[in-house]
Amino acid sequence: MKINNARNNILNRLKTSLKSESEPVAHDVPDSLDWGVDDRLLHFNKQLQAANAEVHDATKDNWLITLKHICSTKRLKNLLFSPATPWGAQILERSYEFPTFKHFDYPIDEWKPALFDGIDAAFTSTHGGIAETGTIILWPDTHEPRLISLVPPVHIALVEKTEIYSTFADALKTQNWIKTGLPTNILLISGPSKSADIEQTLTYGVHGPKELVIILV
Amino acid sequence: MNLTPTNASSKPDSVYFYGTCLIDLLYPQAGVSAVHLLKREGVNVIYPQAQTCCGQPAWNSGYRDEALTVARAQLALFSKPIPIVVPSASCAGMIKVHYPELFNAQPDKSKALDIAERTYELTEFLTDILNINLTDLGAPVTVAVHSSCSARHEMKVADRIDILLDQLHNVTHAEPANKEECCGFGGTFAIKQPEISAAMVLEKAKAIEYTNAQRLIGQDCGCLMNIGCALEKQGHTITHQHIAKFLWDRTGGPHRDN
Amino acid sequence: MTTEFRKHIQHALTQREVQANTKNVVNRLRNHRRAALSDQADWQRLRRQSTAIRTHAVDKLPQLLELLEDKLTQNGIRVHWAETTEQANQIVLTIMQQHNASFVIKGKSMVSEEMGLNHYLKAHGIECLESDLGELIIQLANEQPSHIIVPALHKNRKQIARLFHTYFPATPYTEDINALAQSARHFLRHKFATAPVGLTGVNFMVAETGTLCLVENEGNGRMCSSVPPVHIAVSGIEKVVEHLSDVPPLLRMLTRSATGQSITTYFNMISSPRKPDEKDGPLEVHLVLLDNGRSRIYNDLELRDTLNCIRCGACMNHCPIYKHIGGHAYQTVIPGPIGTILEPQKSGLNLYGELTQVSTLCGACREVCPVSIPIPKIINRLRWEYIRQSACNIPGAGSGKKKTEAIVWKIWAWSCVHPVVYNRIGRTITNMRSLIGRILKKISAWTAVRSTPKLTKTTLHERLKALKIEDK
Ligand code: SF4
Repeated sequence: MKINNARNNILNRLKTSLKSESEPVAHDVPDSLDWGVDDRLLHFNKQLQAANAEVHDATKDNWLITLKHICSTKRLKNLLFSPATPWGAQILERSYEFPTFKHFDYPIDEWKPALFDGIDAAFTSTHGGIAETGTIILWPDTHEPRLISLVPPVHIALVEKTEIYSTFADALKTQNWIKTGLPTNILLISGPSKSADIEQTLTYGVHGPKELVIILV
Repeated sequence: MNLTPTNASSKPDSVYFYGTCLIDLLYPQAGVSAVHLLKREGVNVIYPQAQTCCGQPAWNSGYRDEALTVARAQLALFSKPIPIVVPSASCAGMIKVHYPELFNAQPDKSKALDIAERTYELTEFLTDILNINLTDLGAPVTVAVHSSCSARHEMKVADRIDILLDQLHNVTHAEPANKEECCGFGGTFAIKQPEISAAMVLEKAKAIEYTNAQRLIGQDCGCLMNIGCALEKQGHTITHQHIAKFLWDRTGGPHRDN
Repeated sequence: MTTEFRKHIQHALTQREVQANTKNVVNRLRNHRRAALSDQADWQRLRRQSTAIRTHAVDKLPQLLELLEDKLTQNGIRVHWAETTEQANQIVLTIMQQHNASFVIKGKSMVSEEMGLNHYLKAHGIECLESDLGELIIQLANEQPSHIIVPALHKNRKQIARLFHTYFPATPYTEDINALAQSARHFLRHKFATAPVGLTGVNFMVAETGTLCLVENEGNGRMCSSVPPVHIAVSGIEKVVEHLSDVPPLLRMLTRSATGQSITTYFNMISSPRKPDEKDGPLEVHLVLLDNGRSRIYNDLELRDTLNCIRCGACMNHCPIYKHIGGHAYQTVIPGPIGTILEPQKSGLNLYGELTQVSTLCGACREVCPVSIPIPKIINRLRWEYIRQSACNIPGAGSGKKKTEAIVWKIWAWSCVHPVVYNRIGRTITNMRSLIGRILKKISAWTAVRSTPKLTKTTLHERLKALKIEDK
């Protein structure tokens, strides 16, 4: 009851205030940049590397080799991924070549302790990338829940080169997010977790992954 | 930034000169030099003797009624449609930027707007309107410049002083660290918040001392007085001087005053 | 008279270590920002765009809040409204109690600081743990944030090392920043995994989609909003924008202005609690919308610009006063130029009126503000409200009125409109300049660090008259 009053009081105060007509939003900043595919790739790469992420160039045919290579260089003991995604299915097919396969197919409450302890790395697909800022877009879903890109110390993400947009504005416009409707959670990730809270000096892997590895196909 | 004078601003025959109260009482040589410079460029100078203060101290202290009373008395001095030249970005800013706010709901608003429109800071006027050409007759000297915050953020003319100094081939121009930062004067601020003001001016003085300049030049006597007196108190030999006097002395002056 | 407030400032100015730390960090932040926004034309365009977006959103605030509430509710996010911080705290407490929760893990939120939430919950037996590295440092030191983006900016690594060594005795003393961050990671991971409730702030709320956006680098905000079964977000009512397309430009300006980053590591957009087929995410998401004076600020068209703020912190990074006195001297939740205009309006000029005097009006803040808030203009306006009698709805208006000061200004104004008087005073001053010089010397506020200015023998008026400069 009291809270309802709060709502109405606030809104009433706002509504009885003087009106002012602000100017329409200036449209002299373009949503996208005039970049070709190569430019977008170049910037995407450059920005991610500057943010201390690893970027591996691969193709749709040979990306599993790249992934295998990543797993062995990093001496991963296990890899968390979803076999239900097209990419995950490909890994599963040749799972004998990869570290122990982990997968959680039930609500978090049952796998929380396991996730926080004992997962070396997680693999996810992406919803594209942003060149200007070196960003991957994630739309976590039932197969690839949001925590798998957050909790394990290494996050390996696959990005399709054709899905790299010049800017954030361009991505949400071209992919028509409004019309599609926003999922529970969207994440823009632009590097490994970091902080500069101590003396404005960068340190990586504060709470999220210490390493972000991108495979471009 | 457009540094080339527009065609529309062709050279006027006459200007009003607004001396400012600080120059009146403490740095009159700066005012006289400015008048000489303008006259040498062939501009007739009118100095309304009834001028007092632009009203900024009261305006900045929240005493708007008093500011309005004083500002209104100044409006009456500039009836001819000619430019008003002010050897201080702070006072020029008061007239140009704040008179329109101060007179916003007043019957004489249009008069205030008209005067605001015609107001120029001195270095802005010398470069943008008069397109002045200077010949350096002085001995080699190194100067540090402090542009006031009013020049930088309000009037947006901070670079004009550099443009003028660049014409003087015997003048070396040293750049103090954090040059765009406020010196801590702020009018009554220096008295109302003496501790912060002191910390700010000491840092500024140090930055200027560090340049090894022999002289500190600026377009606002408030900042110059603040930094200059701090330098003096700390025992430094760097003298401070208003740009108008500096220019006049090196290019044709000196006149007898000091 | 030296007020309490002045004493705090005097004290702050003696804190050499804090001053050195603050200067070091703000200089870095300035350089980072400069590098990110060096192209003037670009900056002007981006700023025009961000300003228009925020101004437009604030102007439509009541409609957008209703739309936001509708959309959030449709999405399954529960919306709570609070007129005061007390109400907001109660709402959070009630949610905690409904879940029998005695522990909440927090992401960085200035609104929760404004609410004094940690104290409030503690008094009700609930433990709050800050998870942002800077906030954690502050919490361990039992202090307040001194900056809105870099809460522990006043501390250097040595001080933090000592602090961590005291609180995490298991970890050996180290001044290595990586090691310090890792010990925080280690300490907090288990807490994330077991917390029954997570609480965060919000950077933008999108009305058209009912989306809460969080900007961060560490991942602790994601942890707090995705691991515990309940997520509570707290926000000021002004954080709403109309369109999803408003978000990219604002995000771009926020991160560049704050730290010079083109984007932060994480941008987290939350539009609903966990859906039935999903495996993680909180089962409940709550949004607490806090007014606390904002709707009153809204009432005044000039002061309304205050609500455009996107809390980037650029104004404090560029403020010469903040740089010298540090955030704590302000004695407010939000320090620096934005705090100087926001806090007196929110809490009253009677409490924070003196803050309005702590500015040279240099304009550095306005220059760097990504949404063009005319901070000096609003300070000037508040100075007026501080000393005048009139009816204005800022609490404590007129509380700074001083009789003697008012009389001095009256006399000053009178002499300035009587040129004869003014010139006579001028002449008197110059004639008596040695005496006046001696008096001026006594004004220790000036002469503590400066020599006495030298009065002239003859005024400009007199000199130009002698030079026969035309009078009319
Ligand atoms: S007032 Fe402007 S500069 Fe200061 S925090 Fe807000 S948005 Fe940033």
